Amino acid sequence: MSAPEPTSERQQNAEIEALIGQDYEYGFVTDVEQDVVPPGLSEDVIRLISGKKGEPAWLLQWRLDAYRHWLTMEEPSWAHLELAPIDYQAISYYAAPKKKVELGSLDEMDPEIRATFDKLGIPLDEQKMMAGVAVDAVFDSVSVATTLKTELTEHGVLFMSFSEAVREHPELVKKYLGSVVPSGDNYYAALNSAVFTDGSFVYIPEGVRCPVELSTYFRINAANTGQFERTLIIAAPGSHVSYLEGCTAPQRDENQLHAAVVELIAEPGATVKYSTVQNWYPGDENGVGGIYNLVTKRARVMEKARVSWTQVETGSAITWKYPSCILQGDGAVGEFYSVAVTNNMQQADTGTKMIHLGRNTRSTIISKGISAGRSNNAYRGLVHIDKRAQDARNYTQCDSLLLGDRCGAHTYPYVNVHNASAQLEHEASTSRIGEDQLFYLRQRGLSTDDAVSMVVNGFAREVLDELPMEFAVEARKLLGVTLEGSVG
Amino acid sequence: MARTSKRGETMLEIEDLHVAIDGQEILKGLSLKVKAGEVHAIMGPNGSGKSTLAKVVAGHPDYEVTGGSIRYKGEDIGDMEVEERAREGVFMSFQYPVEIPGVSTASFLKAAVNAVREHRGQIPLDAFDFLTEARSAMKLVKMDEAFLSRSLNEGFSGGEKKRNEIFQMALLQPGLAVLDETDSGLDIDALRQVANGVNALRSPDRAMVVITHYQRLLDHLEPDHIHVLAEGRIVRSGGLELAHELEEHGYAELLQEAGLDKAAAQAT
Repeated sequence: MSAPEPTSERQQNAEIEALIGQDYEYGFVTDVEQDVVPPGLSEDVIRLISGKKGEPAWLLQWRLDAYRHWLTMEEPSWAHLELAPIDYQAISYYAAPKKKVELGSLDEMDPEIRATFDKLGIPLDEQKMMAGVAVDAVFDSVSVATTLKTELTEHGVLFMSFSEAVREHPELVKKYLGSVVPSGDNYYAALNSAVFTDGSFVYIPEGVRCPVELSTYFRINAANTGQFERTLIIAAPGSHVSYLEGCTAPQRDENQLHAAVVELIAEPGATVKYSTVQNWYPGDENGVGGIYNLVTKRARVMEKARVSWTQVETGSAITWKYPSCILQGDGAVGEFYSVAVTNNMQQADTGTKMIHLGRNTRSTIISKGISAGRSNNAYRGLVHIDKRAQDARNYTQCDSLLLGDRCGAHTYPYVNVHNASAQLEHEASTSRIGEDQLFYLRQRGLSTDDAVSMVVNGFAREVLDELPMEFAVEARKLLGVTLEGSVG
Repeated sequence: MARTSKRGETMLEIEDLHVAIDGQEILKGLSLKVKAGEVHAIMGPNGSGKSTLAKVVAGHPDYEVTGGSIRYKGEDIGDMEVEERAREGVFMSFQYPVEIPGVSTASFLKAAVNAVREHRGQIPLDAFDFLTEARSAMKLVKMDEAFLSRSLNEGFSGGEKKRNEIFQMALLQPGLAVLDETDSGLDIDALRQVANGVNALRSPDRAMVVITHYQRLLDHLEPDHIHVLAEGRIVRSGGLELAHELEEHGYAELLQEAGLDKAAAQAT
């Protein structure tokens, strides 16, 4: 096949496209031989996935039950989102690199995949790794590498891919899977329960303080596939763990579906800190392409345990996620710190649910929404105080920052109080990025982009300060890059 | 690229400047020439165009230059962006310094200093060197080091904000400093501190334009030239005696003498 004669116009277009492409640094595709299941969803496909993973019969049955339930459900439409209809039969539900990875041996990893993670700044090489961070790398449907395993094993910490956990610790998986997010919880959670492929599994034994940060890095690579990962973190009584997740995807014109489920269990006295920097491909400036990020994350927080969700959401065409806490035990603490940035045609409807069941339960919600371009950014949060939840307290703060006059910020706080002893505080503000602020910063020599980045970082500081150091630096840069050119 | 200036070099030359905002003309043929080493004061009643002059020299995007020119070190800067002028050495001290919540004074200033240094082809300062420079600059205006870790101007008193402006000038070492109503809202002690800082920054290779409504700052600064601005033009120029004349007789009388009856009526 001969290449078409390049016209100057075509060249010009290519140059422009290349320039636009620079906006999303992670939009490249890795050329690797893949085992992809043909598009479509049926019980046979679920059996196929389960079979490929060598799963026990109970898990296949669990998937099939979820699928049958899903068939009876309807997609939710209450969010402030314009979601193009998703053709669930057009998606491939399983894609895996063909070359097998020997567990525990990073040397035998496909060099293309290793290079991909290198390019993303996630070196899987034991020598080059970020100090004090163990990484589980998920490439499309499978986990391809988990680092620092030996060190973790010494402390009794289990950190592995979900598939591996099913093989090696089926009793733990069986006990906790679906215990926080039941398979029929909502439309996307049910879909995930039916077809989930991989994800991370963490178990921290009683009284153990996990010596390193645990991190999962999700990468969607294959076209026309969905990513349905499942994360399960169990913190036994008195244990402590900090977990980070990051995500990117190639730049493609079609939308891709990411429907994950994350379940956290914080047993009495345990602390789980879960941080996300979400940078899925957001689509182009006209809203073509991008990831549909439809995620269910929830924690069960037992007596005097503490769960803290911190998220920096900059990517995805659509974000629909509400990391929540069921504050079941007395004295349980739930925290939600969020920065959601939308630019161009991006849409985000995100927030949290704090379900106060135990006495003296406390929750804090700090949400910072930043909208630019023609994007829409909604905070949606529920604070529920049960009748048993004597002396529960919540503090909610929702701030919105608008860049330009074509974007939207929306706040939907829901409050259900069934116990008169509850104390709730709610603060909200909406502001526009100030011309006077930008002029002041530029007068001191900063470019407009740097000035915007500085104001936005300042606006989001309370949340960014919650991130572990390694991620905070990245997140700050990301905020700047996401909003480049949105003012002036 | 920015170069160092020589004593006696013309730093700012404004010729027949016309400026409008939202279609309304504010400056109507203003001319001004300021050499390195000189301090010029611009006085004038409210609404005469003093702050417009400061903002248009700095390049505020809302102000449209409809005629005339602004030259800095001989170069027409009319088409230059705000930040380019700043990096070339044009500094404006704000009448109302802006609050930037969540951004520490130190991180902002380090970014600013390094933006200017990069423009000059100098290597950026690391955190340690920056701190050393910042500490010595803070001494000029007797600012406490604790301000460095506070959010920029947030919760600062009026005097603290103005001292912070002069501190920034000390760090950025501009070739031209335009101080817009730096004395407004200051008590006597704060005024003296700010004036001492400004005096310490007078230098043979730096030009200053001090915009003020009152004489009191000028008593501390003793400018070389004083200009009276009214109806968008400079209507009188002179030495320090002009400030005293204004203090004694007020703007109205002077404007009337200049044949500006309307402005005179507004000034009373």
